[in-house]
Amino acid sequence: MKPINQTTWRQKMVAYRRKPRSFILFLLVNLAAILTAVVVLFLLVYVLVNGIPHLSWDLFSLHYTTENVSLLPAFINTIIMTFLSLLVAAPLGIFAAIYLVEYAKRGNRLVNLIRITAETLSGVPSIVYGLFGSLFFVVALGMGLSILAGALTLAIMILPLIMRTTEEALKSVPDTYREGSFGLGAGRLRTVFRIVLPSAAPGILAGIILAIGRIVGETAALMYTAGTVAEIPKNLLSSGRTLSVHMYALSNEGLYTNQAFATAVVLLVLVLGINALAGFIARKVAKG
Amino acid sequence: MKHYKESIMKGVFLLAACTCILAVILICVFLFVNGIPAIGKIGIFEFLFGTEWRPSSNVYGIFTMIVGSLYITVGAMVIGVPIGILTAVYLAKFCPKPIYGILKPIVNLMAGIPSVVYGFFGLMVLVPAISKIGGGTGKSILAASILLGIMILPTIIGTAEAAIRAVPESYYEGGLALGATHERSVFRATIPAAKSGILAGVVLGVGRAIGETMAVVMIAGNQVWITSDLFKGIRTLTANIVLEMGYAADLHREALIATAVVLFVFILIINLCFSLIQRRTET
Repeated sequence: MKPINQTTWRQKMVAYRRKPRSFILFLLVNLAAILTAVVVLFLLVYVLVNGIPHLSWDLFSLHYTTENVSLLPAFINTIIMTFLSLLVAAPLGIFAAIYLVEYAKRGNRLVNLIRITAETLSGVPSIVYGLFGSLFFVVALGMGLSILAGALTLAIMILPLIMRTTEEALKSVPDTYREGSFGLGAGRLRTVFRIVLPSAAPGILAGIILAIGRIVGETAALMYTAGTVAEIPKNLLSSGRTLSVHMYALSNEGLYTNQAFATAVVLLVLVLGINALAGFIARKVAKG
Repeated sequence: MKHYKESIMKGVFLLAACTCILAVILICVFLFVNGIPAIGKIGIFEFLFGTEWRPSSNVYGIFTMIVGSLYITVGAMVIGVPIGILTAVYLAKFCPKPIYGILKPIVNLMAGIPSVVYGFFGLMVLVPAISKIGGGTGKSILAASILLGIMILPTIIGTAEAAIRAVPESYYEGGLALGATHERSVFRATIPAAKSGILAGVVLGVGRAIGETMAVVMIAGNQVWITSDLFKGIRTLTANIVLEMGYAADLHREALIATAVVLFVFILIINLCFSLIQRRTET
């Protein structure tokens, strides 16, 4: 939409001279935006410049030793962790959203309760999830510090995110699609799986990719559920650290600053790639 | 037969939707069952308002950490809120389209950067800089406030921008028609109308700041004391849990869980505020 007050640059300057307060506001707003952009770009450039020179093949060896703090085991753990969490959270989140959008009646008490709890879950700090995970999965269910306990904790954490994005994706499917399907004699279930879900798929996918980003970046929820062993786990019940936990351990020990920078680069590239992918898919959806 | 399948799947969907409720109940039960007895043993007053935290002699008071969390949250707000809201105004009302195409992804990207990376960045850049200016180690309230201020920006910007965009254009046009400048129209007509949405964003930011853990542990210094010196360190509730959970046992462990209970209650209150504000916006 075109603004209705088209003025030339010169006219604007004249107006500003008469109204200095507007000019100050104009400056402040621009300054804030520039500051935000500069901070982010500085962070990215700083980490990349300091990290890329320290990326060496040694960091990608299969075993972690104190001489060579390889990040490959942590990287593999991250992939396993992501896969497991999604395996649990994606079906649950998508089904829950299907219930909320396609089945539930408006103003239903239960639906309100589900929404409130989902909102609550999305506000809970990750350390509280971590503590809960260590009380429930690790101790009460006897899983011990393990990949499985970590993945289940993360699954609860990303559930509200997947639910919300899926809900939005389902809502954006026009009702005419559903009516057409009903009109052809399909039942509700068939309509959901054959008509609604396929058309909402890109939106759901974008949500899942965002969730992957959160899993990859998570530290606090994993330290006391998945543990900090820097090896590739033998099975799902053995402990393993993800890339973020690895990065925290490195910078905490203080001996491996260069390797920590390199790990930060890998982590950043991973997360940025994931986010870019989500944005790309979302934009495709918007274009239709 | 067909009908049968329909109702089974409806049940499955309903069950899936109820996992959220189940999760919240489980979290509450496990935190409270494990945490409340400790508060009882220590004494609720001693626990909440005690200024000594010495696990070795079984003294557990978290007042210093409550104050620490508040300090750092307020600090983060002082830095994050003005910059966040002004950036949101820029994105919604001032930004030429080509710049929007760059700035918006940058803001989204900010939300995606893991908190460990923020913390590491703070450790490498902010901490040495603050150490040079104010002396000491540099791990300080100031460092944590600045870093958290940056970290909550995307939350505030996202919500505030959406709120500003939701205000009907006619408000702005009315301002112009009365002879106000672009800035005056935006700040006097549009933003007051978007007030509760912006407030909701700020509340969300408060929630993020209180709950943030890793970045704070890395740069806040974590000393258990009350200080008003911005260049000194302080410990937050979240940091307390992360630092000591690894080796804590018995009452110490329970006291840490009780710390999480206090944190959880804070978050519940903040969430309540948020949904109250949102409900008011909708009606």
